[in-house]
Amino acid sequence: MTATSIGTILIANRGEIAARVARTCRALGIRSVAVFTEADADALHVRVADAAIRITDYLDGSEHLRAAADTGADAIHPGFGFLAEDAPFARSVTKAGRVFIGPSPEAISAMGSKAAARVRMASSGVPVLPGYDGEFQSDEALARAAEAVGFPLLVKPAFGGGGKGMAVVEDAASLPAALASARRLAKAAFGDDRLVLERYLQPARHVEVQIIADTHGTCLHLWERECSIQRRHQKVIEEAPSPAFAQRPADRARMLDDACAAARSVGYVNAGTVEFIVDAAGRHYFLEMNTRLQVEHPVTEEITGLDLVELQIRVAEGRPLGIETPPVSGWAIEARLYAEDPDNGYLPSTGVATGLRLPELPGLRIDAGIEAGSAVGIDYDPMLAKVIAHGPDRETARRRLVAGLRGLRVAGLRTNRDWLLRVVGSAPFRQAALHTGFLAEHAFPPPGIALEAGIAAVLFDLPRPSVLPGVRRGWRGNPWPAPAILLEIDGQKDSDGAAIALFVRETGSDRYEIGQRRWRPGEAPEGVPDEDTDGLLLADPAVVRVVSRADLEGGGARLCLEIDGRVGWFAITPVARGAPAGRGTPNDLWVDHDGRSSHVRLLPDFTPPGTQGESGGCVAPMPGRVVRLEVSVGDAVTAGQALVVLEAMKMEHVTHAPADGVVAAIPVRPGEQVERGTVLVVLDSAG
Amino acid sequence: MVREIVRPRVREAEGPARGIADTRTRPDHGTAERRPGGYSPAVTPLTSTIDTASETFQANAAAMREGLDKLARDLTRARAGGGARYVSRHLSRDKLLPRDRVERILDRGSYFLDICPLAGMDIEGCRPGASLICGVGVVSGVECVISGSDSTLQGGAINEWGVKRSQRIAEIASENRLPVISMIESAGADLPNQAQIFVPGGRGFRDLTERSRARIPTICLVFGSSTAGGAYLPGMSDYVVMIRERAQVYLAGPPLVKMATGEEVDDEALGGAEMHARVSGLADYLAEDELDALRIGREIMAQIRWKKEGPAPGPSLPPRYDPAELRGIPSADPRVPFAAREVIARIADDSAFHDFKPLFGPTLVTGFARIHGYPVGILANDGILWPSSAEKGAQFIQLCNQRDIPLVFLHNTTGFMVGREVEERGIIRAGAKLINAVSNSTVPAITLMTGASFGAGNYAMCGRAYGPRFLFSWPNHRIAVMGGAQLAGVLDIIKRQSAARRGKKVDEAELGMMKMMLQGKVDFESTASYATARLWDDGIIDPADSRDVLGIALSACHSAPVQGTMSWGVFRH
Repeated sequence: MTATSIGTILIANRGEIAARVARTCRALGIRSVAVFTEADADALHVRVADAAIRITDYLDGSEHLRAAADTGADAIHPGFGFLAEDAPFARSVTKAGRVFIGPSPEAISAMGSKAAARVRMASSGVPVLPGYDGEFQSDEALARAAEAVGFPLLVKPAFGGGGKGMAVVEDAASLPAALASARRLAKAAFGDDRLVLERYLQPARHVEVQIIADTHGTCLHLWERECSIQRRHQKVIEEAPSPAFAQRPADRARMLDDACAAARSVGYVNAGTVEFIVDAAGRHYFLEMNTRLQVEHPVTEEITGLDLVELQIRVAEGRPLGIETPPVSGWAIEARLYAEDPDNGYLPSTGVATGLRLPELPGLRIDAGIEAGSAVGIDYDPMLAKVIAHGPDRETARRRLVAGLRGLRVAGLRTNRDWLLRVVGSAPFRQAALHTGFLAEHAFPPPGIALEAGIAAVLFDLPRPSVLPGVRRGWRGNPWPAPAILLEIDGQKDSDGAAIALFVRETGSDRYEIGQRRWRPGEAPEGVPDEDTDGLLLADPAVVRVVSRADLEGGGARLCLEIDGRVGWFAITPVARGAPAGRGTPNDLWVDHDGRSSHVRLLPDFTPPGTQGESGGCVAPMPGRVVRLEVSVGDAVTAGQALVVLEAMKMEHVTHAPADGVVAAIPVRPGEQVERGTVLVVLDSAG
Repeated sequence: MVREIVRPRVREAEGPARGIADTRTRPDHGTAERRPGGYSPAVTPLTSTIDTASETFQANAAAMREGLDKLARDLTRARAGGGARYVSRHLSRDKLLPRDRVERILDRGSYFLDICPLAGMDIEGCRPGASLICGVGVVSGVECVISGSDSTLQGGAINEWGVKRSQRIAEIASENRLPVISMIESAGADLPNQAQIFVPGGRGFRDLTERSRARIPTICLVFGSSTAGGAYLPGMSDYVVMIRERAQVYLAGPPLVKMATGEEVDDEALGGAEMHARVSGLADYLAEDELDALRIGREIMAQIRWKKEGPAPGPSLPPRYDPAELRGIPSADPRVPFAAREVIARIADDSAFHDFKPLFGPTLVTGFARIHGYPVGILANDGILWPSSAEKGAQFIQLCNQRDIPLVFLHNTTGFMVGREVEERGIIRAGAKLINAVSNSTVPAITLMTGASFGAGNYAMCGRAYGPRFLFSWPNHRIAVMGGAQLAGVLDIIKRQSAARRGKKVDEAELGMMKMMLQGKVDFESTASYATARLWDDGIIDPADSRDVLGIALSACHSAPVQGTMSWGVFRH
């Protein structure tokens, strides 16, 4: 193959990886073209490329080809996901006379069939897990095969993916039930009820080897990555090298060799990843090969100093790699920032990232797909950014990752940032005691309610008086307790279900007492005079001093507060720009403090009639799309009656009337995208 | 040649652009002050010589502490309303306490300055505050007067002192152009005492409509019963909000209707909020509940497009000396004078004071300063009034009127000097000038009683009878025609002269007793508490709050136009 020179690359992808590829293009002097759909019209990747073309669907290969033709792109980089491992697409690109930056369609096909790949690997001498993927699918045949594979084992659909229909079977007795259930699920999900059996390793690590091969016969490994920390079979935290092989150089060398052998067995060209499962004894077994760039490729780049996208382009141009496998330089850990709520079953969250701060710190790299103001919907993958820390050793990398995550701030939507911090800050992670059941074994629940975030929000929101700003706020010559400020912190309310009430007393310039409760008349707490207080004293108040306040862009502020003798910083971002301290509307603020991001909703003092009763089935329990309305305005409904059907995560969810009443208003329309907590139906309660 | 008097309307706060434009019409454009800050940045701050560690200061502060403690106790009595039983009964009816209603309608963080909170205190048949809650605060960004009945006290029935207090608050509203929020829940007139209130009480309705004519709106929130004469309160208001199933507004209740006409009708049909909102039209807004009424009241205030007619304040710096030190400055003994400039240094912005005529008539300190950004001319007693000090005061008041500068009077005087020499120097003539100037001045005046206010000194320094827009007192304040001891001394002399004329000896024991009783009575009637109960002031304040209270009062005054006069009574030169 003769070398060509690529002048323009069309990036057939979106988000973070599109931006990532564009960056390397720029560095290499290559013109980059992005594609975008309606939902992504304002996305970051549209603007970081040199040009961008509107398409209707990232999964439609013909649109990419048309876009490439329109912009004179001589190559297409598929990124990952979408069409990255779609052999017909790769073929059509080549057929259209353009360069597909990736392996050959044949290699993609060869590795695309998991069962075929297993067979091929086994015959190439690459260890595979004991398993069965034969034709005989009767219970008896599978039971016999199971004895050979050994328990525990995994039953999974032969033509599946994403973990759907997979079940762990501990012993022969529970096999028949597991088979029946798996068949049913496989049939429903994939239209084929054939099953495969595979030895189930526990504990096991997920380790993968980065491969790069050129058209001149060079096939290099670029060391391994460990990706054991997974939730719902999706990786969250990855690192390179793998801590599993620190004391096992020989095991590691065998695995790296096997990875290269696996790639060579299909004549692999370009970047790819060979995934292994590694047991406690350090033995590795082939899982599958990913014929594309991986999400977690940056950790490899950090420990090798290479730019994998640059190498991919070089290979695609038909030039020789011209490098050897570089020595491992230090350690790198990556954490994926997702728009999701790990404390709530990893439910995806949506919203506008009104505030976004990406810290710049030594050894820290952030590959982001969003910027401040980006809208995050449910149309595409909820990954927002990757935070990659590099250091001379694992602990340094880990500490830098912690610092990076602490400095990273997203306001406007819930992310897994706080949870990531809890994971990478935990002892098991620090001790590198990783395995694929890590998140099942260890829980990382949030600490209690972030009251201090509420305090900061309240102080941020205290209005500057429009009249006589020099007079002490809330001055009274004849004192009387001011009404409580009502708020919700991360949707949490008081123990009795009411909003959290904070009472604020200004005790001096920038000095406050903030409590959740007043001394009630008749109480005589130690040291506090009961007489003449009129309930003006607060029970166990936090003593707060505003040390400093700096306004941030977009109406937010950075407050330095001393709360009960401890000084800390609070970054506060209002969701709606310039939203006034509302007495009629809630004011939503995001407070970032000490590695914790809290959504504080300051409730209005007055609720206009008709918006009361926002509870139960009247509000969206999760972000989603309104599929249909089951009621109309004016309908009398009874408690439990279906009101609105939402679609979220490809599932329909029906909301029900919390009580009898009459539908006063339906503020949403079918097809509308709604946030969690959006009022769907306003009910006038009966009677 | 007739020379037109050009009186520049300088609105300092509107910034340099306006200032430059003004120079064209100003006669003194060569030296025009262009800084938006006006006076204070160019004015030297006062230097305090007070030693807060001194015995005198500490003794004064201790005496003040006693006065403040009494004030706090008295205010607590006022806030207690009808007492625990009636307060809990009120709460059990799912009602907000009247004061909580005020707190909730105010802007968050707004000040609230109670007006006459101790009216009627220690007067037979009356509770401190006279079952009313009234004051000045900010609602939806608008400075306004809020007044409401304390319905935990005799159902909010109004007595003689309540009538006086509500008339005072009405006066404040109309003089200063302050919109009014009136929260009604009242049983009406205190019937056993109707004789004291029926005739004067009618004035309230006239005030309402006169304010309306002057385009000062009244927003009436009806929380409960507002019947008979009280029904005209909503009737005369510009905006009326009634709460569903709570408001009851009718001329005569069901029993009286039955008596008069035989008609049988219930409260709700006769005068319920629904009826008034849908049928009679007396209610403009129907509120679902108390909070909803407060919300609607705030919304109304937000849309009246209120504009203050006085100039906006300039930038403001706090004083260089802690206003809290004012607690140790006034002498514990009212006869011992204290330095007026020490008070000014703790009231004025940046403690800056432009002393006017400091070498002439030094017992009356006059000069220019700013308080919370508002330019003011301060007249402060620094001893007895002499002819020269009175003449200086009159001149200063004329100057302030010429320049539309509000006046602040700081009282601490035992009155005018007496004796042959001053009579020859024309003390009456000089005093008359000052009273003439004070009486005819049209710029807002605010009076603060920092100590003694005796005799004609009270008049000349714009005492209550001279109509200051606001008048506040410190707890150490003493007020009378003269001090109790002096009065007893005068009595002594007169009795002895009278006895001598009749050739008798005085009964020393009887005279001693008479003197003691007179002195005791006068002293009792001279106290700040006695005065405030009778609405001789608008409230006793903590000296430490003086600057803020003056600021609130000044800001309120600036809702109305601030315009001096050039016409005076005949000055006797």
